[in-house]
Amino acid sequence: MTAGVLVVAGALLGLGGAIAGALLPKGWRVRAATALIWAACGCEAAAAIHVLAIDRPIVLRSTELLPFTGVTLVLNSLGAFFVLLVVMVAVPATLYGIGYASHGLDTRTAACVFPLFVTTLLLVPTAGSVATFMALWELMALTSLLLVLVDHSASEASRSAGTWYAVLTHVGAATILVAFLILAAHSGGQTFAAIAVHARHLASGVRALVFMLALVGFGSKAGAVPFHVWLPKAHPEAPSPVSALMSGAMVALGVYGIVLVGDDLLGGGPVWWWLVVLVLGGASALFGSLHAASSTDLKRLLAYSTTDNIGLVLLAVGAAGLYDATRHPLLAALSLVSALVLLFNHAAFKGALFLSAGSVQVATGSRDLDRLGGLLRRMPQTGALFLVAAAAISALPPLNGFIGEWLLFQSLLHGAVIGSTAADIAIPLAVAALALTAGLTVVAFVKAVGIGFLGRPRSESADEATEVPRTMRLAVGLLVAVCVVLGVAPTLIFPAVERAVKTALPGLGTRILAHGVDLQVVGLRGMLAPAALAGSLAGAVVGIMVLRRALSRQPTPRVVEAWGCGRQLQTARMQYTATSFAEPVQRVFDDVLRPVQDLDVTHVAESRYVIESVTFANTVDDAIERSLYTPVIRAVRRWGQVARRLQPGSVHRYLAYGLGALVILLVAVAVMG
Amino acid sequence: MSTISHVIGTGISSAVQVAVVAVGGPVLVGVMRKVRCRLEGRVGPPVLQPLVDIRKLFRKQRFRPDQATWIFTLAPVMLVATVVVAAAITPLVTTHPALRASSDLFVLVYLLLVGSTLLALAGLDAGTAFGGMGSSRAVTIGALAEPALLVTILALSTTAHSSNLPAIVSAILAHPESVATPQRLFALGALLIVIVAESGRLPVDNPATHLELTMVHEAMILEYAGPDLALVTVGEAMRLTLLLGIFVNLVAPWGVATSTSVSGVVVGLASVVAKVAVVGVFLAVFEVFIAKVRLFRVPELLAGAFVLALLGVVSGLVAK
Repeated sequence: MTAGVLVVAGALLGLGGAIAGALLPKGWRVRAATALIWAACGCEAAAAIHVLAIDRPIVLRSTELLPFTGVTLVLNSLGAFFVLLVVMVAVPATLYGIGYASHGLDTRTAACVFPLFVTTLLLVPTAGSVATFMALWELMALTSLLLVLVDHSASEASRSAGTWYAVLTHVGAATILVAFLILAAHSGGQTFAAIAVHARHLASGVRALVFMLALVGFGSKAGAVPFHVWLPKAHPEAPSPVSALMSGAMVALGVYGIVLVGDDLLGGGPVWWWLVVLVLGGASALFGSLHAASSTDLKRLLAYSTTDNIGLVLLAVGAAGLYDATRHPLLAALSLVSALVLLFNHAAFKGALFLSAGSVQVATGSRDLDRLGGLLRRMPQTGALFLVAAAAISALPPLNGFIGEWLLFQSLLHGAVIGSTAADIAIPLAVAALALTAGLTVVAFVKAVGIGFLGRPRSESADEATEVPRTMRLAVGLLVAVCVVLGVAPTLIFPAVERAVKTALPGLGTRILAHGVDLQVVGLRGMLAPAALAGSLAGAVVGIMVLRRALSRQPTPRVVEAWGCGRQLQTARMQYTATSFAEPVQRVFDDVLRPVQDLDVTHVAESRYVIESVTFANTVDDAIERSLYTPVIRAVRRWGQVARRLQPGSVHRYLAYGLGALVILLVAVAVMG
Repeated sequence: MSTISHVIGTGISSAVQVAVVAVGGPVLVGVMRKVRCRLEGRVGPPVLQPLVDIRKLFRKQRFRPDQATWIFTLAPVMLVATVVVAAAITPLVTTHPALRASSDLFVLVYLLLVGSTLLALAGLDAGTAFGGMGSSRAVTIGALAEPALLVTILALSTTAHSSNLPAIVSAILAHPESVATPQRLFALGALLIVIVAESGRLPVDNPATHLELTMVHEAMILEYAGPDLALVTVGEAMRLTLLLGIFVNLVAPWGVATSTSVSGVVVGLASVVAKVAVVGVFLAVFEVFIAKVRLFRVPELLAGAFVLALLGVVSGLVAK
């Protein structure tokens, strides 16, 4: 019962944060709201840890709060894991928000909505009934939408981003609602517990319909292809702490929804469901990483990279369902473990990357990589933290991204020999998708670090950049510390992950992973000693540095000008740009990316052999947006124009409509009655 | 007592492996150069010339471009450090190297990726056109080689049910009849192409030229001089040797010690040196007869490797 009090107290403290943000004067509101949000995070984290420790859900019911349905909160181990994930991002993001406040987060609206957004993120995984879930889910969508619009509510890009996000998130919410309504109608109750009992006995067609609707709805929140189009628009426009929370935590809740419906409520399904998930995952991973590799806007790059990481998570979720459907419970559990570990890791490094991108924007006023450069010298701490987070997302050992991909690879590797035809075809292709994604992620982040932070500054504002306030660096540092610790000692989170996985896939008695310093997959041959690996790597680095110093006669380097092919003058414009860096990838994959290149040569009037000026433009649009959404939008607009003729403003016409409708109704009643 | 002697044994055999890769790497490069020169009708430098060059470079002064940061200084160290760790944990001489638990093909791939990624960053660090060009090309080739590499690992791992290298090598030793299955032949073919691409040899990159339009690796490291250049050179030579060492022990693991006894390690050492030398000479002869392909034909080569690897996986399934 005490744990239940913690959940309620967390919710109330979060609401208190929103009220404090709305009522207090400007100098106080952000700090007060942040303090209350931290208290809320503390309460929810304590409740989540309690649930994971005793492995029994907390159940709270109140019939007074929502009319007709009441509120049901159930915090089980799966939800508790996601609560911890949200807390892990929310605390640094709000800490960062203190220093970032003057960039749009200290208005009354923002200071009120931001705590509300964090509170809904914390509460969505605790929802235990359809009504509670949908209420919190909608509140999360609306608060995040307001926060996307809060920064530059006057700018055209921001308004367009808001529209895209609003439409996609509400189409998603509608399909989720339909899925839940079908389930509830067949279950005689709207709590998840009642649904879980009845959903297993539904007709297979209904179950498939529910799963596909949920997949579309939650997939659009998770940013999976082809519903990802809002991510590269909304993330660049949102304030950075909001981007970090949306990309790290909110997107993860989309995956939570898929696991909740697919595994928890429906109790798994036939092989073809999970093949659909695998295809979605593979397509998201490849499409996202390709666009990340060719983006030149730092936050757009990070947004596409979110689609790519969610794709990898969906590969793991799909593989888990596939193994479950072919009765390989241990492999299914291992895949789901890798999915949750990938999500947790993604939240840590993507949070850090979005926050550092925000620091760059604060310091230089730009997100365009082609206007940055030389920032590692000017912002040494932010630069170093960004570098480590970029290494983590590129899955370089000994950081946490590597552990997640290793687990995913192990689950796919052992799945290649289970002897099911579907798995035989899907698994090698999934491995190939994982591999190409990993390679393209390296391209994207070598570009982000190398063009954005190294070399000569490409603009005056980048040249004059200075380090951001200490709280902002500390916030990024906290998330980067998570990346390092979970890379060296990943077994720290495994007890929690394992409890969460056993909630989603019940009936698995044994342990999945051994809980030592080393990683070992129980019952399969897969081993990794991350701490020893990290230690020996560090030892080798130190040893070689000592050796270089000992062998060299003059160990201090002489600083010289870089070689400029004999030219005296080196300018920033002679460097590679983000566009030119991505050109080989863009050229190899031009069938997928379909870049639009425009070369315009102006000749001098007297002679066409003398060129006056050359302009070259290279843009990479989203091909899915262009070929899938643009026709739909055009059709809707055309129908809208047609429908406008019905409403010419004439009162007589409207009265005629009313009369006509009444006549039709009466005729219908007469015929049917 | 036996565990202590085992730990000492694995430590010593790992040290032997690192030493043989560190010294053997530059020598292998010397041998390959000599073979090429002789076949092209030239005398060529002595076989030990790379070692002499490295010694000379180590004694020179260090240089740092004025725009460069600590990444420029760290990258060569990291390159060598990752190869050293990889050489220590790989079953080159014995199937009982130190850190046997982490001796996983997947781990090795990503460990080597750390070095190449930092080197790519170092290429951009000085703020010159050449460095960026080299980095951009190197990471693109690396990204395209990745699918072939991981699917190859998948194909090679299915027989042992593990991607752990000592387990794979032991499985081949225990079941010699599985050495020439179609699955393994396809996968090893793919692996050889990927090794050539990853270590920047012909036909993907030509380590012997500094022609602006075609350079990949050499453009990336253009700003390095003195001890730093020595580290990069050693690192690259060690990397080639290590990759070939893994390759030969996957093709024909016979000779590799299954214990850490002195005689076993000596035999293992001799056999791995001999096998790598044979493959190195073969590669050098091959390089005489081919030209570097255009940069935008490299994806086709790597796609070919990917198809080979996939054929390997599929033929393994058909055979089952």
